[in-house]
Amino acid sequence: MGFKFKGFGGGGSFAHGVHPPERKNFSGDAAIEVVPPPGKVMLPLLQNVGAPSVEAVKPKTVVAVGEMVAKGSAFVSAPIHTPIAGKVMKTGMTTLANGRHVKAMPIKADGEQLTGQALWNDVFGGEWPRDDLDQYDGKQIVDAIQGAGIVGLGGAAFPTHVKYVPNDEKPIDTVLINGCECEPYLTADYRVMLEAPDPVITGTLLLGKVTGAREMIIGIEDNKPEAIEVLTRAAAGTGIRIAVLKTKYPQGSEKQLIVAATGREVPLGGLPLDVGVAVSNVGTVAAVARAVLRGKPLTHRVITVTGAGIRNPKNLLAPIGITMGELIDYCGGLTPDAARMVAGGPMMGFAFSDMNAPVTKGTSGITILTHDDLKREEETNCVRCGRCVDVCPMNLVPTKIALASRYKDAELAQQYNIMACFECGSCAYICPANLPLVQLIRTGKAVVIAAGKK
Amino acid sequence: MIHVAPSPHLSNTAQTTRRMMIDVLIGLAPVVGVAVYVFKMYAVIQLATCVVSCLAAEALFTRMRGNKMTLCDFSAAVTGVILALSLPGTAPWYVGVIAAFVAIGIAKAIFGGIGMNLFNPAMVGRAFVMIAFASALGASGYMDAGSAVDAITQATPLTAFKQGGITTPLSALFWGTTNGSLGETSAIACLIGGLYLCLRRTASWEIPTGVIAATVVLGGIGNLVCPGAQWTVLHHLLGGALLFGAFFIATDPVSSPLTPKGKFIFGAGTGAIIMLLRVFSGYPEGVMFAVLLMNAVTPLINRWTIPRPLGGK
Ligand code: SF4
Ligand code: SF4
Repeated sequence: MGFKFKGFGGGGSFAHGVHPPERKNFSGDAAIEVVPPPGKVMLPLLQNVGAPSVEAVKPKTVVAVGEMVAKGSAFVSAPIHTPIAGKVMKTGMTTLANGRHVKAMPIKADGEQLTGQALWNDVFGGEWPRDDLDQYDGKQIVDAIQGAGIVGLGGAAFPTHVKYVPNDEKPIDTVLINGCECEPYLTADYRVMLEAPDPVITGTLLLGKVTGAREMIIGIEDNKPEAIEVLTRAAAGTGIRIAVLKTKYPQGSEKQLIVAATGREVPLGGLPLDVGVAVSNVGTVAAVARAVLRGKPLTHRVITVTGAGIRNPKNLLAPIGITMGELIDYCGGLTPDAARMVAGGPMMGFAFSDMNAPVTKGTSGITILTHDDLKREEETNCVRCGRCVDVCPMNLVPTKIALASRYKDAELAQQYNIMACFECGSCAYICPANLPLVQLIRTGKAVVIAAGKK
Repeated sequence: MIHVAPSPHLSNTAQTTRRMMIDVLIGLAPVVGVAVYVFKMYAVIQLATCVVSCLAAEALFTRMRGNKMTLCDFSAAVTGVILALSLPGTAPWYVGVIAAFVAIGIAKAIFGGIGMNLFNPAMVGRAFVMIAFASALGASGYMDAGSAVDAITQATPLTAFKQGGITTPLSALFWGTTNGSLGETSAIACLIGGLYLCLRRTASWEIPTGVIAATVVLGGIGNLVCPGAQWTVLHHLLGGALLFGAFFIATDPVSSPLTPKGKFIFGAGTGAIIMLLRVFSGYPEGVMFAVLLMNAVTPLINRWTIPRPLGGK
């Protein structure tokens, strides 16, 4: 099925998936704007998968832009740096958009800030030489990534250095860069590819160097022809290949992307490493380039603020730790028919109601949906139509898993591979009975984990 | 008002349970059209009786069980139409009423309403009246209509062949100008409506494909074993309720398997049983029993066909 793209192993797509309305038009053409530094940032001490970070400075310390204020507490953990110059305040608690209560360090702005064009140049602008990358050895690169506190910016927030530490048993032969951005509405990665192709390419080359990979691939969905063109031009002569993939949700999910671009299947419960692949998002590799070439930590990221419920949809270069509310205000505020605020995209993002929730390293966007977007039909019983089976990108039987979850039957749920579900929401999107499948599966996973602990 | 709810925050509003049921009604339209054209008032009265009875039964039983009113999802209407189309036009009115109440009350409501039943409600209803009113629905049931309508003064094609060795011309089977249950006579109407359902993905194409594949294979073997047989594979395909059953009865999502592979197995099983019953049993037609039998194995098929997850063994 499907045709093979010349030169790489995948078929350009994965099996199943759905086609939600793309709605990239809200913010697709909006050039990235630099958000002015806020009066205060709130830096959550848990912004990555893994262990939380721990304070590295005392309250009342005066810090400069980019100074480390919290350090990683374990190997799977990342340090945190302040995006503004200011004074460290006493650590308190904050609620993230995903509902978790975590410790957070407030920093009050004070002193000289990096703003506007200067900030842009610092993050994405200027030259990104790639001719003398040989001066950096693998360890140097990984150390720079770790020191800069880089985590996956696609939303998963897995500490990046962990993926690239040399591993003799499982060598990486393919570095796969994720430029799919398959979530509807979001355009942050798209804008980074258009406006900052050079750091993306340089960062990719750096990761290629660390791993000694034979192949470097950037996967982009075919609904972004301009990004494909810009990156193809920027990648000329580097050995990096641009893989044009079918537009389909969830094409940007790690395992689906690997199948689409390389034809390899990550084993159930395994990691991309098991098939010799490392995957990073385009924003992440740009941050890698910045960390290695310029010695700058991850303090800002590109965030899409979009949807019919926001007055002026934009793509923003925003400091981590700014509140959701400030970004929403910067985009003109909510429209009267705004009905739901989502951190991330509408398929996998978290609905939140607290405007004070801080932006974290993993915040890829804020999607404001209206009553019209949410119009949902009433829930009926499962009619066993099998549509959820037809769309599940992991090839599961969502209705059975959901049913087992509803009856708290851990054994049956496991028989149907509940843990392989990565909660993409395709099944719930398509279900004619409007069953809250993902929600049920989430509860089911908790039941399975609890049963395993007994 | 800002709402908080779990992801995903979008849903495909073009696909709802109600929309699926409306699709089935649209798909049934050509069949209903031919039925009314061939059987005139017999068809109109039977359809009205069954639909009204099914709706009344649904209202009654959901109220009794204290469930939400489910008339608006049109599933009872679909059961009514399919039930009517599976009966002879001449069946007396109380047969339709009783079949409808059995279909909704026994086959559906007792299990917990839409989505919970194991068996196809319309077929359960029909099976009940078939046994209870054998004479009104047996082979002779099709022949006592009097001379009001030409087509139904004869036996059904399958009975005529079984009992008298008379082969109905393929063209009559194709267009539907023969006797039979209301909805089964016209192959072309079933094909048009059925293809619509498959294209809309309201019916899973794997099921009719399985039915037809099994019929072709077994019918083909039959033809090879006794060459010169007058009742050929094509007669098997176009005659009787085979296509109606393949597209509209076997494809009932609730009582058929979940996975594409399971659906094909289900279809092939249905087709195979139809052929066995047609050739070896006393009944001229086997669609109803075939579907009910396969309904019974559906849970097993679901178990056998758990798909291999991505990256799994
Ligand atoms: S899509 Fe919904 S109604 Fe259909 S089988 Fe899956 S859970 Fe049931
Ligand atoms: S079961 Fe999980 S992986 Fe499969 S479609 Fe549903 S949410 Fe996605």
